Amino acid sequence: MIFAVIMKRWLTAILIGPAILFTVAPAPAFAEETETADPPKVELVLDVSGSMGANDIGGRSRISAAKQAFNEVVDALPDETQLGIRVLGATYPGKNKAIACKDTQQIVPVGQVDRTAAKAVIATLRPTGYTPIGLALRSAAQDLGTGGSTRRIVLISDGEDTCAPPDPCDVARELAAQGMHLVVDTLGLAPDEKVRRQLLCIAAATGGSYASAETPEELTGRVKQLVDRTKEANVVPPAAVAGGAQCAQAPLLSPGVYTDREKFSEHRWYRVPIGDKQELRASVSMSLDRPLNPDYGVLLRATAADGRELVRGTDAGSGRTDVLSTGLRWSASAADIKVSPSASASDTTDATDVCLVISNSFSSSTQASSDPGIPFELTVDVVAASPTPDAPGLGKGWLLLLTLTVTGLLAGVLSGWLTRWWIATWGTNR
Amino acid sequence: MTIQTRQRRIQSCSRLAAVALAALGAVALPAAAAAATPSPSSSTDPISQAGTSFRTAIQVSPGQQIQVDATTSDYLYWSFNAKAGQITDISFTIALPPSDQRSGPATWTVEVFDGLRRRQACTSGAQTPVAAVTDTEVSLGCTLRRVRSWAEPWSGDPLPGTYYVRLSAVDVPENDLGLPTKVDASIATHDGGSSADDGELKAPLVPPAGPGKVLSGASPTPDEESSAFGWLPGLSSRWIWTTVGGILAAVAGVFGFSLTWRRRRYR
Repeated sequence: MIFAVIMKRWLTAILIGPAILFTVAPAPAFAEETETADPPKVELVLDVSGSMGANDIGGRSRISAAKQAFNEVVDALPDETQLGIRVLGATYPGKNKAIACKDTQQIVPVGQVDRTAAKAVIATLRPTGYTPIGLALRSAAQDLGTGGSTRRIVLISDGEDTCAPPDPCDVARELAAQGMHLVVDTLGLAPDEKVRRQLLCIAAATGGSYASAETPEELTGRVKQLVDRTKEANVVPPAAVAGGAQCAQAPLLSPGVYTDREKFSEHRWYRVPIGDKQELRASVSMSLDRPLNPDYGVLLRATAADGRELVRGTDAGSGRTDVLSTGLRWSASAADIKVSPSASASDTTDATDVCLVISNSFSSSTQASSDPGIPFELTVDVVAASPTPDAPGLGKGWLLLLTLTVTGLLAGVLSGWLTRWWIATWGTNR
Repeated sequence: MTIQTRQRRIQSCSRLAAVALAALGAVALPAAAAAATPSPSSSTDPISQAGTSFRTAIQVSPGQQIQVDATTSDYLYWSFNAKAGQITDISFTIALPPSDQRSGPATWTVEVFDGLRRRQACTSGAQTPVAAVTDTEVSLGCTLRRVRSWAEPWSGDPLPGTYYVRLSAVDVPENDLGLPTKVDASIATHDGGSSADDGELKAPLVPPAGPGKVLSGASPTPDEESSAFGWLPGLSSRWIWTTVGGILAAVAGVFGFSLTWRRRRYR
């Protein structure tokens, strides 16, 4: 075996070793993407409504567990993470709903956290008022502002929104639809069925996660994990694009990640210029951000400019999932380019426009839930094509060695006999 | 610089590296043979995070342990790289929440996607087990197909590049969502034996990371690169097999020739 390895190395070196003399290019490490995301931003939104006084989190009150969690998170916060804290229902103890439902304040502004000051403010919180979750989410989204990073809201609540409308779930979906790259993670403190459903809905609408906490340890651990996740999951947000209704008017895409939305039974078109010896790679991931009927599917097709289908990718499923994805590869042949040269590219290039169309087979029992459209992520890449391999010209395997050896042996024996016969006949060299 | 040129440069660099390695192997055989055995370095720390989407998936190197605190409602994503000829085994053990907090059976699933986010089949393993209320833990597994070195663009065969693993509860009573679980996982790769594949995927299935740009007019032109040795088959073990075969044939030929002569000289 070792012999084989050494043999392999020797032969490799003999075969291609001289080539090294002619190549002088340096070998740099993998050139990574230069684009970096802005520092991660996260805002903790804490429900301080009257019900937070209940003593059912491991024998302690919900608010004291939350305070402890916040203190530990502030202590363990990585320096580059920008954190803010907002509370709701913290100041107005009265019964006037109009005032109570506007009761939300940012107590720690989003930025590098002054640990002492933040803890001092956290210590003053007392369970007081109503639960205006929808308004708090809207305000939190404003606090986080815009910028080139994913922003995360961690909503900690123990009760249903007592100020709907607006339904906080609709608010979350609306915020996500504004292209803010906002993720809302929700945490339910000893939640009942209604609270759980509401928090699940908010989380699903923005691609966030939901967890329940029954003990202070669970709560602290989860909040810490979510804040850490902000750092880990900080990627440059995809570019927003609006697909066309037909191929001819579709936007022309370069390699990269895009985001768009489409309604039920809508088709969205895009174009990608593909040159000779190039391969198109595309994938699409549809987020299931609302309650949908259980069976669903996504279809991604690549067509030529004249509508001829080139290749398709499809996936379908049923049951609980977050995204439904599919992808495709396609490489152009010279004939394709000749038949339909790129209308967009200048005439000197060998390129053809490939149309990508994305459609879905989602449905919902509630009619209104088609608006805004279902968000999806489209990834487009154009790489060098991988041509079909030729017949290799070289052999491989033990059978090959056996065949060659036996053939060599027979040839040797035959040539020996021939030589003997030749010498016997002509009588020389004896 | 376009992505194509960058990829091409990377490719030519890797080819160059292979050449350099071969030359090195010729100079220092024992050293190179020792270096050829993979060293299990930097894969000792368990990973305690999981991504929540394809783009935020946490990269795992094969052999690395994953230990994550999660909940029954989470969708957890990890990614790993696979090379041609490799077979990947994925296994999960999920410590379920206490039985008294759960109200019904839950179906868990591990799904694997390639770099184009296409679903990949498992050849064996419990991909979607059902955990009964009385179970304290549930195990999932998935063995992938051997990664091909090349495949038709129209096929869904596994190709070298990034792979994504998603763990989620696909069917679970709503009341049981959000309960804490502990997830233990391992992703291991082993060589799938001698591969009879020909062809090479020019660029591995690694998705672009950055946001794209909508083009306004002219599209980027691919810059061509030609090689003087393009007609030669690429560097592969076939060269060794064929060369060794030729040598064996020659030796056998000489031996066969010698059999036909009486060896008077040595008597």
